[in-house]
Amino acid sequence: MERPVTETPALFRDCGPAEPARSIVLGKDSPLRLDSGVELGCFRLAYQTYGTLNADRSNAVLVCHALTGDHFVAEKHPVTGKPGWWNLMVGPGKPIDTDRFFVICSNVIGGCLGSEGPKEVNPATGQPWGLSFPVITIADMVRAQKMLVEHLGIRQLFCVIGGSMGGMQVLQWAVSYPEMVYCCLPIATAARHSAQNIAFHEVGRQAIMADPEWRGGDYLNQNTKPTKGLAVARMAAHITYLSEPALHRKFGRNLQNRAAITFGFDADFQVESYLRHQGISFVERFDANSYLYITRAMDYFDLAADHGGVLANAFRVKGADGVERPTPVRFCLISFSSDWLFPTNESRAVVHALNAVAANVSFVEVETDKGHDAFLLDEPEFYQVARGFIEGNAQRRGLTSTAKGA
Amino acid sequence: MAISGPHIRTDLESITAWVDEGARVLDVGCGEGELLYALVHRKKVDGRGLELSMDGVRRCVGQGLAVIQGDADTDLKDYPSNSFDYVILSQTLQATRQPREILEQLVRIGRHAIISLPNFGYWRVRMELLLKGRMPVTDRLGYDWYNTPNIHFCTIRDFVMLCQEMGIRIERSLILGADEKVVDAPADSGRANWWGEQALFLLQRT
Repeated sequence: MERPVTETPALFRDCGPAEPARSIVLGKDSPLRLDSGVELGCFRLAYQTYGTLNADRSNAVLVCHALTGDHFVAEKHPVTGKPGWWNLMVGPGKPIDTDRFFVICSNVIGGCLGSEGPKEVNPATGQPWGLSFPVITIADMVRAQKMLVEHLGIRQLFCVIGGSMGGMQVLQWAVSYPEMVYCCLPIATAARHSAQNIAFHEVGRQAIMADPEWRGGDYLNQNTKPTKGLAVARMAAHITYLSEPALHRKFGRNLQNRAAITFGFDADFQVESYLRHQGISFVERFDANSYLYITRAMDYFDLAADHGGVLANAFRVKGADGVERPTPVRFCLISFSSDWLFPTNESRAVVHALNAVAANVSFVEVETDKGHDAFLLDEPEFYQVARGFIEGNAQRRGLTSTAKGA
Repeated sequence: MAISGPHIRTDLESITAWVDEGARVLDVGCGEGELLYALVHRKKVDGRGLELSMDGVRRCVGQGLAVIQGDADTDLKDYPSNSFDYVILSQTLQATRQPREILEQLVRIGRHAIISLPNFGYWRVRMELLLKGRMPVTDRLGYDWYNTPNIHFCTIRDFVMLCQEMGIRIERSLILGADEKVVDAPADSGRANWWGEQALFLLQRT
């Protein structure tokens, strides 16, 4: 997905002193060329790994996180103190078994948990990037991850997996670097962001930008924080991650610590109180500008558009002999029946495109009423499918049951 | 799919025997993956499956098989021509809405198609209708008329004639009678259509 490079000056920076653990400065030798045409000379990626890389470096699994996720996949979160966001999927004995696989997850570029993004200091100015940070895309996130994977000496990832925006990165990985991905699991995702989803993101962005404390994006320099706007953005988004039946089951019309409605605008209902809590706790761990950048990256995502409007073309690979073949990557798409943000039809569109090139693809829709967030929750059937797919491919790839034995 | 009972094993065994080692195989209506699993592990095929029931799909993927949820009536058109060596439709054609279109798709997608069918011309079926005047319910066709998923029954003769009409060559056939004993008769014979409880065909587009 190379777009023409515009006349934008390169943003080179001094790479600075030694790196703290789990963070690396990349792009020193050759810059990261972004879709916008901007080049990032040196940029930091925060990442985490679990498990041990085997001798022939064939057991690496890359986990791609969602919009507000980060690289703390399977451990206590340093800011919130909560358990890892995917500790049902990743860990010893889990479908992505850390006794067997070497798991990598990096905070996306544009993020706010240690990777280069609008919150970090632009060395050229000594001030936070703010809105001077270049607009990034899903493909840019993947380019940055590829540099990290190569830095770790891994030529092919055994598996790339992620849900939602993570699933977009998974698809992008398979399309951009098919030779570097053995198998992949794009979960609760789509090959493009729908108009409805762009609309929801726009509501969130407008909420942030309408907050006077946002200060045109310069709040970090002006020592303010658009917490109200960001909280509203989170509240609106959070509704889209759930489903009507799940909200009803959880809250119904139950009142919050009161026996009757108050004829006022307090949080009378439990669901209001819950959403307010979601909003307030979110602003403690997330940067408002990062939210703008990452939602934008999702909005711009459209794999078919990058391939002449035909999604199937994204999954054709031209060999050294000039002959086009189906992508060698083995896919397992999973969707959730009550997900209305990334409904099953979106996954099915990807499956149809993969079938059209006779690629190797599995697809399961998991029955659940938990909505989009189901991929983060306890859905035994989902993990059973993921485990089966990973196990089957690990055997085929010749990966033994423990990393040490390989 | 539909037909249950101990008979299914022999049916699948014969199909397994017909498929070449290492071939590319699409199993349409693969159920819980019994045949596909056997083909992948015994014949080392590059196997894919298409299955309507989500339960079946989950079981298959959970065993490491490459299977997608989909409907043979609508989804086969997405597959490119000649993308598989064998496309298998086992005991499913009679349950589809458009058997003729499906048959066309099968021989388009695969260099060969393998189809197995229950025979509505089987003598017991004929007797049931003749003597009792009721829709036949046998071991192999164990549904009442109002709840059967099998909406497009045919006899072996019907199927052979359809193949002729569509220019499809029957490369090989196997007629199984009572207790799955092989009926030694060509597929287009009256004996096959009388004694055969089910039939297997290896087909090719001409």
